[in-house]
Amino acid sequence: MKIAVCLKRVPDTDMRFAVAADGKSLDLSGLKFDMSDFDGYAVEVALRLNEQQGPGEVTVVGLGPDAVQETLRKALSMGADRGVHLAAAEVPFDGLAIAQALAAELAGQGYDLILFGRVATDTGNGMVGPMTAELLQLPCVTAISHLDIKDGRGTAHRELEGARETVSFPLPAVLTIDEGIARPRLPSLKGIMAAKKKPVESRPAALGPIRLTVDKLELPPERAGGRIVGEGPDAVPELVRLLREEAKVI
Amino acid sequence: MAFAGVDFYQLDTLLSEEERAVRDTVRAWVDEHLMPIIGDCYVEGKFPKQLIPGLAELGMFGANLPEEYGCAGLNNVAYGLIMQELERGDSGIRSFASVQGGLVMYPIYAFGSEEQKKHWLPRLAAGKEIGCFGLTEPDFGSNPGGMITTAKETKEGWILNGTKMWITNGSQATVSVIWAKTGEIKDAKSIRGFIVPTNTKGYAAKDQKGKLSLRASDTSEIHLEDVHLPKDAILPKSGGLKSPLMCLTQARYGISWGAIGAAMACYDEAVTYAKTRVMFDKPIGATQIQQVRLADMLTEITKAQFITLQLGRLKDAGTMTPQQVSLAKRNNVSMACDCAREARRLLGANGILAEYHSMRHMANLESVYTYEGTHDMHSLILGQEITGLAAF
Ligand SMILES: Cc1cc2nc3c(=O)[nH]c(=O)nc-3n(C[C@H](O)[C@H](O)[C@H](O)COP(=O)(O)OP(=O)(O)OC[C@H]3O[C@@H](n4cnc5c(N)ncnc54)[C@H](O)[C@@H]3O)c2cc1C
Repeated sequence: MKIAVCLKRVPDTDMRFAVAADGKSLDLSGLKFDMSDFDGYAVEVALRLNEQQGPGEVTVVGLGPDAVQETLRKALSMGADRGVHLAAAEVPFDGLAIAQALAAELAGQGYDLILFGRVATDTGNGMVGPMTAELLQLPCVTAISHLDIKDGRGTAHRELEGARETVSFPLPAVLTIDEGIARPRLPSLKGIMAAKKKPVESRPAALGPIRLTVDKLELPPERAGGRIVGEGPDAVPELVRLLREEAKVI
Repeated sequence: MAFAGVDFYQLDTLLSEEERAVRDTVRAWVDEHLMPIIGDCYVEGKFPKQLIPGLAELGMFGANLPEEYGCAGLNNVAYGLIMQELERGDSGIRSFASVQGGLVMYPIYAFGSEEQKKHWLPRLAAGKEIGCFGLTEPDFGSNPGGMITTAKETKEGWILNGTKMWITNGSQATVSVIWAKTGEIKDAKSIRGFIVPTNTKGYAAKDQKGKLSLRASDTSEIHLEDVHLPKDAILPKSGGLKSPLMCLTQARYGISWGAIGAAMACYDEAVTYAKTRVMFDKPIGATQIQQVRLADMLTEITKAQFITLQLGRLKDAGTMTPQQVSLAKRNNVSMACDCAREARRLLGANGILAEYHSMRHMANLESVYTYEGTHDMHSLILGQEITGLAAF
């Protein structure tokens, strides 16, 4: 199968974040970057499909500054075949602008599947996948936790609150991948060496007009330290009172 | 929480993208597969054999040897970073990889015939064969040139006799690189290397019991009693004490990186503990004494990182000298011993538990301080380099 996986380079979620001097963006100094978590699952799904279903090609597509190529190469070192870098000075917040650039790249290339992570771990919008599907006029299933492909049709599971939905769809299709579907493999050392020799094309991103902007970014207030209200059974009534009246959680 | 490493001077900017990718892969592997079990392995005195296939699959054995022999073909800095990350987990696991790559695959690669290389290297890289390196003897440790293990040439091949001590991977190895004298017992020039399958008649290994260090590593004694080998068991290009010493240079190079990993693990643990352990109504990290401890650790780790990165660049350029390796091994292991001990102390009573890592590293590093040339031996090597006078 010919599969495209769209990848976003995001700050590592293990880091401590600070707001930059402009008050509306992240302070990027000292941050480490990596592939957005859910995109890693999408890469794994693509690799496994082709391992199970015979030869195919996995193309990874990333939009943003040159550093995105490093993220693409990570996917290549996991086993993807080629990379496409859509160059842009920065990744806009407006998902539609991104989706337009991706749709322009992906249209007419004969992909059987176009995969995204469920949501990017930095902006958390979850809109680029469905919007790209819409622009390409393709069926779209979001946040899937399981996937079967047979005879040109797919079946996917979606985990709902307390229920599971099974959805079937024709190929080609756009899918956004939830975690838990297939744990992303680590790039092997040979894979890392091989990735150096795999092709990565770079061309300017045909971004759509940017209409959404972030005006303000604030970190949640520092959590106050804990408090010990007493010890043993005697403390329970007071604890219950505080949980009800002060914390308002029960 | 994933381990973030220690990089106070932005040394990452001096690493290539692949070097960082290799480091990150091994780091993630250690977090995922080694950290959850290492405490128990250590307490039970067991090497975690089940990890060998995973290590091999990622390509961690002999990773700096060429791809044509089934290896990853990495440069030496990337190789060093693998050792650093493995030893961040445990010196025993790093020892396993050092022996397999630096002391077994390397001599076959450097001194072996093309047939030997084609036969053994891909199998060792894939973890299908496990190797060990037999140089040290009960009465010849720092002075391996004095060894009394012999290899007598016969019409059919060779007969080996002798005893080797302190052999890492000794009991689990399927193949052993044994160093023996082919000539007069006084003649260190007659030392040659032999590839010995461990199921050969007359070969026996016995686990070294009662270790208080490197408990998650197999250390054994090897007995060779009339071990008959075919003619092609000899490593044809090995010759004299220089050959095993060349292997040791490889392994010592990896150890100088590994020690930094152990030191980072202890520093990381100490910093976290210092910030969270409250005594006298404030975190112990808010006291000047603990801050000095942490500042010393960070300083020494950073210095070691610079020495070692440059050592790696020299190795890749082909200009590294064994004396430069001695300086790095001596400095870094001693530094790591100090970090581990200080971290252990900072942790108070918790510091003696296997649940934390510092004391395990502290005990492990005592072996690392001793093997691959004791700290003292490296002082003497440097002393000789400086003065031109041997003081061994
Ligand atoms: C866990 C472990 C794993 C090992 N794995 C291997 C292995 O896989 N293969 C292998 O071949 N060997 C291995 N060794 C052996 C190791 O290399 C030796 O232990 C080391 O070379 C020291 O030898 P020794 O123990 O006989 O000490 P000795 O040489 O007896 O030294 C004892 C002390 O005397 C000092 N000393 C010795 N000579 C001098 C001198 N001239 N001047 C001043 N001081 C001196 C030493 O520094 C040391 O402090 C391992 C050892 C350990 C502990």
